Amino acid sequence: MTDPRDEELRRRQKSRAIVMAVLLAAFVVLVYAITIAKMTINR
Amino acid sequence: MSAAAELSTPLPADWRDFLALTKPRVMSLVVFTGLCGMLAADVPAHPVIGFTAILCIALGAGAAAALNMWYEADLDARMKRTARRPIPAGRMDRQAALHFGVGLACFSVILMELAVNRVAAAVLAVSILFYVLVYTIWLKRRTPQNIVIGGAAGAFPPVIGWAAATGDVTLLPVLLFLLIFLWTPPHFWALSLFVRSDYAAAGVPMLPVVAGERTTRQHILLYTLPMGASAIAPWPLGLAGAFYGIVASAFSLVFVGIAVQVWRNRATEPAAMKPEKRLFAFSILYLFALFGALVADRMWLA
Repeated sequence: MTDPRDEELRRRQKSRAIVMAVLLAAFVVLVYAITIAKMTINR
Repeated sequence: MSAAAELSTPLPADWRDFLALTKPRVMSLVVFTGLCGMLAADVPAHPVIGFTAILCIALGAGAAAALNMWYEADLDARMKRTARRPIPAGRMDRQAALHFGVGLACFSVILMELAVNRVAAAVLAVSILFYVLVYTIWLKRRTPQNIVIGGAAGAFPPVIGWAAATGDVTLLPVLLFLLIFLWTPPHFWALSLFVRSDYAAAGVPMLPVVAGERTTRQHILLYTLPMGASAIAPWPLGLAGAFYGIVASAFSLVFVGIAVQVWRNRATEPAAMKPEKRLFAFSILYLFALFGALVADRMWLA
C-alpha cells in the first residue's frame, strides 16, 4: 500500500507540472505574437 | 516516514496557493485602471503590445502582493481576514513565496522592457519597489499615515498603461495618479473603521487604532475634497469632455455626501457603521465609473 503522503506529493507535483506546461506554452505563443506585432509596427 | 522527517520536508505548495499569493481580486482593479490609462492615451497601442503591457501590470501587481504576503506572514496570522492565506495557514513556506514574488517581479519588468517600452518598465519597477519597500517594509508598521503614502503604489497602473501606449508621462496620467492616491485613504480608512478590532489585534497602527474614530472620520472627509477636485480637473483643463466632467462631478458630490454622513456618525460598534460600509462600497464603484467615463469620453465622444 502506498503512503498517502507520497500520493499527495505526486498529485501536487503532477498538477504543478501541468500548470507550468500550460504557462510555458502560453508564453511561447505570446513571444511569437509579440514578434509578429513588432514586425508589423516597424514595417 | 517519521514525524521529524515529515516536519523537515513539507509538501510543496499547491499551484492554487501561488495564485492566491497574487491577490487576484485586488489585481482586477489594477488591471482595470491600467487598461483605462492605456485606452485614454492619445496614441492607440497595438492590440498584442497592449495585451502584453496589461499582462505585465497584472504580473507586477501579483508579484508585489506575493512579496507583501511573504513579509507580513506574522501579521496575517493574527488577523481573522488574512489568517487563511497560504503562508499563515501553513500551506506554503515563506521562502517559496519570496522566490515566487522576486521571480515574477523580474519577469514582468523584463517583459515590459523588451516587448513594450523602457518608460513603462521603469514605472512598473518603481511601483513594485514602492509597494514592497516603502509601504510594506518601511511604513505599514510604523505610522498611521501608512495608507496615505502606500496608496501611491496602487496609483501607478494608469500611468504605466499610458506610458505603454505613448512612451511618455503627461499631465492626464499624473492627474489619474493623484485621483487614486487621494482616493485610497478614505477607501481604506472606511474599511479600517469597521474592521478596527482586527488591525488592533495585529498591532498595525491604522488611524482608527492610533487616533480614534473621530479623527479618522475627519480625515476621510478632508481627503474627499482634494480627491473630488483632482477627479474633476481634467474637464476644465481640456483633457476630457463634458461627459466625463458631469460623471466625475456627480459621483464626487455623492462621495462627499456619504463622507459627510460618515463624519457625523458617532458609532463605535461595527454594526452601527452603515455610512462607513456604504462609503467603502461606493468608493469602488466611484473608481470604476470615473475611469470608465474617461475612456468613453476620450475614445468615442472626443
